[in-house]
Amino acid sequence: MSNIQYRVALIVALTLASVWALWPRTVKERRRNPQTQAWEYVEVKRVPLKLGLDLEGGIHLALEVDESKGAVADKADALNRAETVVRNRIDQFGVAEPVVQRVGEDRLIVELPGIDDPERAEALVKTSAFLQFQIVDEANTLERALPRIDAALKARGVDLTSATPRTGGDTATPGGLADLLTPSTDTGTNVVQDTAVADTGLIAGGRGGAFSNLLQPGGMPGEYFVSFADTGTVRQYLEMPEVRALIPPGRVIRWGALDENARRSGFRPLYVLEARTIIRGDQHLKDARPSTDPIEGNLVLFELTNEGGRRFALETGKHIGDNLAIVLDDVVMGTPPVIQDVIRTRGQITMRGKPLQEAQDLALVLRAGSLPVPLKIVDVRTLSASLGDDAIAQGKRAGILGVTLVVLIMIVYYRFSGALAVGGLVLYVLITAAILAGFDAALTLPGIAGFVLSIGMAVDANFLIFERIREELVRGKTVRTAVNEGFDHAFSAIIDTHVTTALTALILYQVGTGAVRGFAVALLAGIAASLFSAVFVVRTMFLIWLNRRRGALTLSI
Amino acid sequence: MLRILHDTSIDFIRLWRWSTALIALLIIPGAILIAISGFRYSIEFTGGTLMQLEFRQAPAIADVRSTLSDAGVRDAEIQTFGSPNEFVVRAQDERDVAAQAMGAESVAQQIRRALTARFGADAYRVVRTEGVGPRVGGELRQRAVLALIVSFAATLVYLAWRFEWRFGLAAIVATIHDIIASLAFMKYMNLEISLFVVGAILTVIGYSLNDKVVVFDRVRENLKLHRKMSLYDLLNRSINETLPRTVMTGSTTLATLLALLIFGGEVIRPFAWVLTFGIIIGTFSSIYVAGPVLLWIERKWPRKAGEKGGVAHSQLEKPGEAKRRDREPVGSR
Repeated sequence: MSNIQYRVALIVALTLASVWALWPRTVKERRRNPQTQAWEYVEVKRVPLKLGLDLEGGIHLALEVDESKGAVADKADALNRAETVVRNRIDQFGVAEPVVQRVGEDRLIVELPGIDDPERAEALVKTSAFLQFQIVDEANTLERALPRIDAALKARGVDLTSATPRTGGDTATPGGLADLLTPSTDTGTNVVQDTAVADTGLIAGGRGGAFSNLLQPGGMPGEYFVSFADTGTVRQYLEMPEVRALIPPGRVIRWGALDENARRSGFRPLYVLEARTIIRGDQHLKDARPSTDPIEGNLVLFELTNEGGRRFALETGKHIGDNLAIVLDDVVMGTPPVIQDVIRTRGQITMRGKPLQEAQDLALVLRAGSLPVPLKIVDVRTLSASLGDDAIAQGKRAGILGVTLVVLIMIVYYRFSGALAVGGLVLYVLITAAILAGFDAALTLPGIAGFVLSIGMAVDANFLIFERIREELVRGKTVRTAVNEGFDHAFSAIIDTHVTTALTALILYQVGTGAVRGFAVALLAGIAASLFSAVFVVRTMFLIWLNRRRGALTLSI
Repeated sequence: MLRILHDTSIDFIRLWRWSTALIALLIIPGAILIAISGFRYSIEFTGGTLMQLEFRQAPAIADVRSTLSDAGVRDAEIQTFGSPNEFVVRAQDERDVAAQAMGAESVAQQIRRALTARFGADAYRVVRTEGVGPRVGGELRQRAVLALIVSFAATLVYLAWRFEWRFGLAAIVATIHDIIASLAFMKYMNLEISLFVVGAILTVIGYSLNDKVVVFDRVRENLKLHRKMSLYDLLNRSINETLPRTVMTGSTTLATLLALLIFGGEVIRPFAWVLTFGIIIGTFSSIYVAGPVLLWIERKWPRKAGEKGGVAHSQLEKPGEAKRRDREPVGSR
């Protein structure tokens, strides 16, 4: 009895875990607003099953370093730089869940779900990265222009009512402390200056305009924060000619990178910069390396050309105490550090207690802008979303028909026992889907095919068992013995069949790419689930039935 | 209870000549065709460009063809796909592929520019593009072949460990037969070899080996139960005993494949076809190929005295002798 109780408890627990894994949950998704065409963050409630590129539509790219115009010395570094650039640019696309992945030694895989215009994808690779140093607008000129921008928007019919007002107070400054930019002097006596900033939430009150309401002043002059939900609207406003005309002369507005800090805080920085470029990565920057100093902590050392050094010395001399923005492809990378002293050809950016990882990332950004990485596309696949929708509809229909046929065959042929097996099959489908969701595996078209196919194969274990039980019954054994022996004797064949299928699925996974991997993953998940549902669950159901009817002389099988 | 093929006692092994003839009839013409014209390989393997285009109004296919060849896309294959408005353009010519070494997107762009110049940008829509550089294609070919070999080796090792090498070898021979027959079938159907189809063939291998494992598992068990029975009768008996399961599993799997064939759509269809055929042939070979081959292997390399595992020397008699002595029909009790 207690044996059955344990079994039931395990089944119930696994079922609950599966249901929990598949329960619709709220996720933040970037979606295109159908009215404004802007990308926005929306909260949606959905089943956490990810769709593969072939079902959602999108672009898959494989990139390699192009060596046709001369060999690239450090390929690994070149690919690292390329990855930084590509990641940064993809961000501009506003893709929901982009994938940038290193494959093997020399390849970069990029997946952009929901985008099916290959021309745009090529922009990812065709232009080399453009890095520039610009001074953050210390005069805070935008602040004075804000009322006029609000008024211009109001004149255009955009009012407070259409824009969601932000309530200040809960806004922590992403990135926390500003980094320090100090010259590396021979004496090595760098002053570590605390640049902790006032809590931004306090300044937030007292504004009231369609545009200014969306901006939270940041920790330095010229820095603002925009909630993810509003980035689309702000972008839209900034593109309006009326608003553009009002941006202070000689200033440009640039977004901060959508990096870890931004994601964590839910706010994206927006910077007002002096339009003048003081250093161009491709002309003036020679190298940049991450380093760790016992006193300063993690830092990035960079080296400029002689000409770059002259220009930089001049500019940094004028701007001591101001912030320097490192801008890659028009996106401000990291928090602009404070200029501490005149810098010539050698400088260092102190990371102020941030992890080495961030120093490495920043050095990579600098190198990406100074050393161009020629990239080429070696594999491109695009699929329109409509094709994906068709595929989902087809998969659903095929799945429903397939399951119906299997259920019919089972119940017609095995009657009561067949119905038990169908019960096991329901659990099988549930567990397989839960495994896919749990491993965050994307559902692909071949995956659906593999899943449908595996339903036909999952009942194989039940056939082995039921046929065995029938044989034992024919030999004149009692129902209980026949059921027990049927399960026991069929088990070795079941294990062997599952292992051989698992072996092929594993190999398919190792060898396959994208879509075929989806098939292999679905197959593997199915094998694990089938072993549990067809053997353990169905046996438990038999045990319960046998206990209820202790004297049963016949079994409907 | 509803039973099919219950308590059968069909002498499957005796029919091996007929089955061999049937297999030869199926495979040999296909093998000749393959030798003459080879296979069609998908873009993934050869490199090249595939574009699926949806036109507002169906243009003349010749018009599309001449537009492309004028633009310098060589020997592009153009087919309608589903509806008359939809076309699939395949540029797999070696020179097209070579042009993609610099950038896999180049030919697709060439095609788009040409079509836009001829029909206008609004006249059509690109539904799907695949541009594969020559290196990627070559790599994929190697990996597909590697996958087949590794999966064979892995299952052989597993079967040798679970049973013993003679059983493993018989199962592998029967499975190789399934693959060759499936390839012949693909040639008859003019199906293209794609990664997806390779996946289908690997699945057929898994399924077919499953089937053999089930039969051999029963053989292993019967070897212990009936020490005096000849291997010939033992095999027949085991095949007969597992026949209901073989047929039932085959039917449910085919039922799901039928669903995929009907509703799965154009992309899934070749995959479903290969699997449908492969599963039929795999079931067939479990009965007609694996058994006779095992019998042949056991005769060719008989077990030495004291060697572990089932078949005793006395069990390896010629079928005729066994039959004369053991008149009891196989499988009955």
